Amino acid sequence: MLIKMLTGNQAAAFAAMNSMVRFVAAYPITPATPVIETISKLVEEGIMEAKFVPVESEHSAMAACIGASAAGLRTFTATSSHGLAYMHEMLHWAVNARTPVVMVVANRAIGPGWNIWSDLSDSLSQRDTGWLQFYCSSVQEIYDTIAMSYRVAEDVMVPAMVCYDGFVLSHTSVPVEITPLEGFINEYQPKWRISIEKPLTHGNILPPDAYISLRKAIHKAHRKALELIPEIEEEFFDHTGRSTPMLYETYRFEDAEEVLVAVGAVASEARIAVDILRSAGVKVGLLRLKSFRPFPSQIRRTLGDRKVTVIDRDFIPGVGGIVYQEISNLVQSDSMILGVGGADVTAEMIAEAFTKLVEV
Amino acid sequence: MIEPEYFLPGSAACHGCPAAMCLRVILRALEGKAVVVVPASCSSVITGVYPHSALNVPVFNSAFAASAAVATGIRAGLDFYGEEGEVVVWAGDGGTYDIGLQSLSGAAERGEDILYICYNNEMYSNTGVQRSGATPYGAWTTTTVGGKREHRKDVAEILMAHNVPYIATASAGFLNDLYNKVRKAREIEGFRYIEILAPCPPGWRFPMDKTVEMGRLAVETGMWILYEVVEGKMRFTGLSKVIAEGKRKMKDIKEYLKLQGRFSHLSEEDIREIERYRDRRWEFLKRRANEL
Ligand SMILES: Cc1ncc(C[n+]2csc(CCOP(=O)(O)OP(=O)(O)O)c2C)c(N)n1
Ligand code: SF4
Repeated sequence: MLIKMLTGNQAAAFAAMNSMVRFVAAYPITPATPVIETISKLVEEGIMEAKFVPVESEHSAMAACIGASAAGLRTFTATSSHGLAYMHEMLHWAVNARTPVVMVVANRAIGPGWNIWSDLSDSLSQRDTGWLQFYCSSVQEIYDTIAMSYRVAEDVMVPAMVCYDGFVLSHTSVPVEITPLEGFINEYQPKWRISIEKPLTHGNILPPDAYISLRKAIHKAHRKALELIPEIEEEFFDHTGRSTPMLYETYRFEDAEEVLVAVGAVASEARIAVDILRSAGVKVGLLRLKSFRPFPSQIRRTLGDRKVTVIDRDFIPGVGGIVYQEISNLVQSDSMILGVGGADVTAEMIAEAFTKLVEV
Repeated sequence: MIEPEYFLPGSAACHGCPAAMCLRVILRALEGKAVVVVPASCSSVITGVYPHSALNVPVFNSAFAASAAVATGIRAGLDFYGEEGEVVVWAGDGGTYDIGLQSLSGAAERGEDILYICYNNEMYSNTGVQRSGATPYGAWTTTTVGGKREHRKDVAEILMAHNVPYIATASAGFLNDLYNKVRKAREIEGFRYIEILAPCPPGWRFPMDKTVEMGRLAVETGMWILYEVVEGKMRFTGLSKVIAEGKRKMKDIKEYLKLQGRFSHLSEEDIREIERYRDRRWEFLKRRANEL
């Protein structure tokens, strides 16, 4: 087993390399920059066999990935915050073009009021672009999730974002198993690609009927992803021996009367908070939501009639927490906003906030 | 011999459309060995409605600002699969001069192996005739209703500052010249840029059977200058060469302006201003041609 001390960003770069990515176009932004620096070096040294294009903006980064993906290459990019916002038009484009690009997002707050620290508002607010979105809670999970994301994205022809908290995960070094992935993921076999030999027009004017069909097909692709993911998780387990949940996971759930729902790095603290609360006699469990899109609405059954409190490390003025909003569509729930703009979130804080919430 | 046709009948172009005419010639010059990247523009309409297409080559539509970047990715894919042929960006002046300038500059500076062709109809026609950075002084558009107060910028000259291996200007009035320039560009590797003056009948307000004539008059009056820059060496071509050598006098610009409804309101002073601008550009380009 190959174990290396890696930051989240480096783990992302190694995952891209081992997933046989052949095209990377990217633009630097803190805290995602080290991903592309690592890739640039790996390519330069001939360790990673890919074309690396240091484009002049994120809009072009995504545009180039879309072109390369349509031309039959497995593609990758990395960004954050303003970079992701700048890509917005091309995020929609990647979805309708059915190009299975995989991108990592090191989550960061959006300015002005420059703030480079963790806040999930950047990617959560791209919810309606139709990208698949997975939120990681550990560095190992970043590596694993990228590999599995390619399998999902390429099967259903929808692009995927792998998100992780800036600095908290992007810059923390831990031992990571960088399991070779060949066998689990092989050289990209596109279902379709641009070829000089085939005079096919892609993306021209689409009348309403055909447009609705396209949008429906993408909707169905999200549904299909939900069915597919458990199989892919299993295959990944067989290949690596690691069981890395892609949709969601629960903790101390069986007899729980109350549930915390959390996403990303905060979910790791929430897990400890559950232990703290349990030792104080509170019958609480945790549901960590990993896949925000496709949205695993089966968690409605999992949550049952337990009292639900959603923790959001994001805040949309006029709305509140985005994850809260989503969970509230399924079950009645309470909201807790913590760690916005990179504020520290500890297990003790979560436990304390939860107690206060219950008191009120 | 009947040449194969890559631009099929039944496109949605206006009658007398310079874009359709030139693209047909370009695809012939490339013998259909091309992927065409089309940003938002008249051309995204001209190519037709799904499931049909007027082009008998692969076409990939791009967001307005992104065509040079999209082409970068496609080129990488063709290279990976060992496919030979050009990745051609076919963009209007809006997609080239304004919103797409950043990605164009980036791709040019990186030396991407792309043939970028701008058909410059001097305005946004897809959205119904608004000004662009390529709209000339004095021209009426729906966003310059009193006539544009600024002169145009010049992307071919901007690309000279990028040191790309091939730059050429062409005109819809001289299709043989365009054909030859595309053939020449095809032999060169790296980022190549061709800009075609594309007189647009509805946008410029002239009869639809006058596209070629307008493209010729533009060159004859010196309002559009034909040249080529190969590896930094510039030379005038075609009729512009004859003019540059002093073998032929430029026609009066009024002959060109008076045929276009978009210039119908110009004052004598406006016309003198346009003439002064034309002369400055000639001086600049002549100096540029003599430098090497
Ligand atoms: C980001 C964005 N902004 C605006 C538009 C609307 N739009 C579509 S085509 C166009 C003008 C195109 O002008 P040009 O590039 O000169 O090509 P032409 O229409 O003249 O062929 C505009 C403004 C768009 N599609 N995308
Ligand atoms: S408006 Fe002009 S450029 Fe557009 S299709 Fe018509 S003639 Fe061609």
